[in-house]
Amino acid sequence: MNPVNYLYLAALLFTIGAAGVLIRRNAIVVFMCVELMLNACNLAFVAFSRMHGNLDGQIIAFFTMVVAAAEVVVGLAIIVSLFRSRHSASVDDASLMKL
Amino acid sequence: MSFPLLTATAALPAVGAILTAAVPATRRTAAKWLALAVSLGTLVLAALVAIRFEPGGDRYQLTESHAWIKDFGVRYELGVDGIGVALIALTALLIPFIILAGWHDADSLAVSDSGPAAGHAKRWRPTQGFFALILMVEAMVILSFEATDVFLFYILFEAMLIPMYFLIGGFGDRAHAGTDENAAAQRSYAAVKFLLYNLVGGLIMLAAVIGLYVVAGNFSLTEIAEARASGQLEMATNTERLLFLGFFFAFAVKAPLWPLHTWLPNAMGEATAPVAVLITAVVDKVGTFAMLRFCLQLFPEASKWATPAIIVLALISIVYGALLAVGQRDIKRLIAYASISHFGFIIMGIFAMTSQGQSGATLYMVNHGLSTAALMLVAGFLISRRGSRLIADYGGVQKVAPVLAGTFLVGGLATLSLPGLAPFVSEFLVLVGTFARYPVAGIIATFGIVLAALYTLVLYQRTMTGPVKPEVRAMPDLRVRELVVVGPLIALLLFLGVYPKPLTEIVEPAVRHTMSDVQQKDPKPEVEAAK
Amino acid sequence: MENAENLIALLVAAPLLGAAVLLCGGRRLDRAGHWLGTVLAAASFVIGAVLFFDMLGRGAEERTLRQHLFSWVPVESFQADVAFQLDQLSMTFVLLITGVGTLIHVYSIGYMAHDERRRRFFGYLNLFLAAMLLLVLADNYLLLYFGWEGVGLASFLLIGFWQHKPSAATAAKKAFLVNRVGDMGLSIAIMLMFTTFGTFAFGPVLAATGETSEGMLTAIGLMLLLAACGKSAQVPLQSWLGDAMEGPTPVSALIHAATMVTAGVYLITRSGAIFNAAPDAQLAVAVVGAVTLLFGAIVGCAKDDIKKALAGSTMSQIGYMILAAGLGPVGYAFAIMHLVTHGFFKAGLFLGAGSVMHGMNDEVDMRKYGGLRKYMPVTFVTFGLGYLAIIGFPGLSGFWSKDKIIEAAFAKGGTEGWILGGVALLGAGITAYYMTRVMLMTFFGEKRWQPAPDPDTAPSVEPGIEVHPGEMPHPHESPRSMTIPMILLAFGSVFAGALFSLNGAFVNWLRPVTDFEHGHPPVSAATVTVSTVVVLLIGVGIAYAQYGRRPVPVVAPRGSLLTRAARRDLLQDDFNHIVLVRGGEHLTRSLVYLDHTLVDGVVNGTAASVGGLSGRLRKLQNGFARSYAVSMLGGTAVLIAATLLMRGV
Repeated sequence: MNPVNYLYLAALLFTIGAAGVLIRRNAIVVFMCVELMLNACNLAFVAFSRMHGNLDGQIIAFFTMVVAAAEVVVGLAIIVSLFRSRHSASVDDASLMKL
Repeated sequence: MSFPLLTATAALPAVGAILTAAVPATRRTAAKWLALAVSLGTLVLAALVAIRFEPGGDRYQLTESHAWIKDFGVRYELGVDGIGVALIALTALLIPFIILAGWHDADSLAVSDSGPAAGHAKRWRPTQGFFALILMVEAMVILSFEATDVFLFYILFEAMLIPMYFLIGGFGDRAHAGTDENAAAQRSYAAVKFLLYNLVGGLIMLAAVIGLYVVAGNFSLTEIAEARASGQLEMATNTERLLFLGFFFAFAVKAPLWPLHTWLPNAMGEATAPVAVLITAVVDKVGTFAMLRFCLQLFPEASKWATPAIIVLALISIVYGALLAVGQRDIKRLIAYASISHFGFIIMGIFAMTSQGQSGATLYMVNHGLSTAALMLVAGFLISRRGSRLIADYGGVQKVAPVLAGTFLVGGLATLSLPGLAPFVSEFLVLVGTFARYPVAGIIATFGIVLAALYTLVLYQRTMTGPVKPEVRAMPDLRVRELVVVGPLIALLLFLGVYPKPLTEIVEPAVRHTMSDVQQKDPKPEVEAAK
Repeated sequence: MENAENLIALLVAAPLLGAAVLLCGGRRLDRAGHWLGTVLAAASFVIGAVLFFDMLGRGAEERTLRQHLFSWVPVESFQADVAFQLDQLSMTFVLLITGVGTLIHVYSIGYMAHDERRRRFFGYLNLFLAAMLLLVLADNYLLLYFGWEGVGLASFLLIGFWQHKPSAATAAKKAFLVNRVGDMGLSIAIMLMFTTFGTFAFGPVLAATGETSEGMLTAIGLMLLLAACGKSAQVPLQSWLGDAMEGPTPVSALIHAATMVTAGVYLITRSGAIFNAAPDAQLAVAVVGAVTLLFGAIVGCAKDDIKKALAGSTMSQIGYMILAAGLGPVGYAFAIMHLVTHGFFKAGLFLGAGSVMHGMNDEVDMRKYGGLRKYMPVTFVTFGLGYLAIIGFPGLSGFWSKDKIIEAAFAKGGTEGWILGGVALLGAGITAYYMTRVMLMTFFGEKRWQPAPDPDTAPSVEPGIEVHPGEMPHPHESPRSMTIPMILLAFGSVFAGALFSLNGAFVNWLRPVTDFEHGHPPVSAATVTVSTVVVLLIGVGIAYAQYGRRPVPVVAPRGSLLTRAARRDLLQDDFNHIVLVRGGEHLTRSLVYLDHTLVDGVVNGTAASVGGLSGRLRKLQNGFARSYAVSMLGGTAVLIAATLLMRGV
């Protein structure tokens, strides 16, 4: 199969992820969308690796997975503690990041 | 290697500042005496510098040089010429008087309501801070008079804003017409204005400093000047002009030159009298000093190019400052505007490019320091007695406090350049030096001497003469501490007015060097030229 | 005497020491201060006399003494020295200043006896003498300038001696300021000399006048004239002189007779070589002198205040001197001669006026005097002799000097000569008129004494003397310390002129310094003298008709337009007030406003606009994570698009 199709898929997934981050309010869903974007990138990396015939893309995909895993740990912890203190997982409720 | 005298002169007050700041909160008096002792020690070192300096010797003497930031060719390079020696001596001389005059200025903060609660009292040390900051300023100013590395100078030029900011904003004049909050707002306005003006000037200078490095490859004043003089370092006309303007702008803010002057009246009005003296008599001198040392030496062609415009600005400063002084209702602001007028004279003398003008300008820096210190400090004593800065609140002080009035009059006469007092010599030299090259400017500047008489005598008349106002009836005359401050200053003003030769001898060789840097010769008298 | 020149510095040092000791000495010296001041002034006079007799012992060519003390301001070619030069001209001034000055010191001991600040008064008097001596002894213009401003300072301190009176403080300030305008002229003249000749010492400058253009010399001359106008109270800078009467009376005597106002005459005579080579400037000097001569005389006619009437006469007499100095070598010697004789009789007149005031509870209005000759015989006689001298009564001092000036003015030749001579002649008549008026109103006629005013409501009353409101004055003769100086001065007023004119002694004495030519008036000298005497008698006659034969009203009549203008100093003060004071106030006020709104406003405006912009930018920072995400996405998209576009190009 033509590897370019994988790239189209990656772009589609990334767009879905980005739209989800921007539109949804629930922190968990936003978080999942971020993961979706990351995985879209992974897919693109692997596809490029295949296209160019070297392993660089696959190696970077591993790195991304590690970072994503670490991010899940930290991110979920933050979301949980946010939910505990505010009884809500909506990102719009936490608007203290301003002067 | 010989004893690093120049470093020591600057290091002593710096170390003294740290020690003073570390004195425990309860030992306020000890901190004062420590600061005074340190400043006197610095005076001794400065006197040593003046003694060791040989007027006929090399251009820069007592030099020290160490590598500092090797990658950028930044060196810790010190050296003094006659102009530097004169100004170091002035600084070291004035600081003990400033400390003595401000002996009680910070005390009220230690116990006032604005101080924090008793829990913090152990760490609350305004007196220590006040004197430490003054010593810190002294250290930086002295070092900036010694620095022959452009980068080192720039760092000091900027760094001295920090202690000055705290001195203006943190220890303002208690004598204020409005409420306490109002006073605090005015004070912080003045401090921020001072900082912003000087920072903007400094940033533009930073750009020029970097530009200079790009063109010249190092920061050493002596090396660059030598390369410029020998023709090894060519600069495109526009580059030189831009770099010159960058430097000049910063110095003109500090000096201050019209129209960059408006921070000075605010700062001097809101600060305590000793700090006001520190601003105008000491810190501002760095600006005019740097014009002589850096602008003329590094960019001789551009200096000549800019001279007409600068002379015009200086003339405006002279007349404008004097006219505004006439219109002031606040004693300290009046003195501030008078200073602006005097800085106009200094800058005009520097850029007249004659040996009389430049010697006069250098003497003027010293003499203006002494005369403003005398006038401002006595004004401070006066204000502290009555608690008001408004001229209209005084009247007839002469009757109740004749010594105070007498010293105030002498300070005023020095400000209006009466012959016999030091400022006359310098003012006349500047006038003659300017007149020789720019007769019209010289004549317009002489109007300044009439206006100076006007604002000084109006000030004296309204505060000191006339019927005694009820509020001043119980005003005490000068105390011993205050006499110790004013007496020596007046004696110096008299001495340098009658016998300025020691000063002119030190300054003359340096001026000769500067004149040759800008490739200028004194205009010949008409009679000789005709022969 | 060997090394007589070493004494010159002592002339200045003695009064200077007195000033320093008295002003810094504190209250401990209150009891002996006035004696110290007087002794030091007298010491200076003695040194002057020693030097004078030493000078007489030398040949005319060897009479100039020089003393170089130290180098004052040495900067490259600019070399100012503290060095003295004592020649015949300086010598004349030294004797006048120290002699009359010492007499005034003695007089002040009695006059100021009740003033608690007498010590300081004597300190200022000594300072005045020292500055004036420095002025006439300097050997270069810059040192002269030192003395010149020193005199200004001393006059400021003395005129404003009773500082608690606002009018005195204002008068002192005014004197200093007006003088500063003149000083500006002197400093510009010095600058011109430096750029022209490369020096400003008398010797080289005056010798080199031939080497530069007449235009330059005219410029220097006019600047020197401006300086002289300030110090000598000549039109247009004369306005300070009348107000200067706010000072104690001995100060007026000192300013008008021995020091200060004579400085301008000295300056012009000293710079004779410059004026001789610049005829336009010289003519300007003569014109200024002639105008002032009339101006002062007219003002003198209308004043009811005895001191102000005398002030007008000083202005007028100095006008004579300036006029004479403006005539060139024909007139210099006579200008100085009139200056010396005037020093005697004007000091005598002022001291006499002070004595009258002393006896009359410090009343200055002549309309409230009258008939005093019986009560104050010594004052009457000395004042009377001074009066006869000033109007130029034949045989007395004033006659000899003034007559010569009128003669010299006619000798100028052409229309100018007729005009200047005519003015001088007319001035003599007016002088006779107003001085007779003063004499008649004060010493003759009926008593018009008024009870003493309440000191609280009448600020013009001099302090220190006990005045009981409502009490009638008890005129009495003044104490010995005051009458003796008056008697000595009266001797000078009577005999000095004749002595000086013996074989042209005075002219011959000054000739080496000022040069001398005989003038040739278009009419014979005898005609001039006779017409002077006739004009004089007419003046006296008119005054007698007005004030001697008719009673003098206590309240001044309204008077003609000219009288009213003259009472207000011919509206000079009104002009100054409207144009300079008001105009200046408006100028400074609007500048203060502009500095705040415009210059500061531009900067503050920049700050405000930056603040406004940042306030708006701050709104973007709303704290919502998702809006940040949008901006991140948008930013990334823009960056990528930009990268692609750049590659495409």
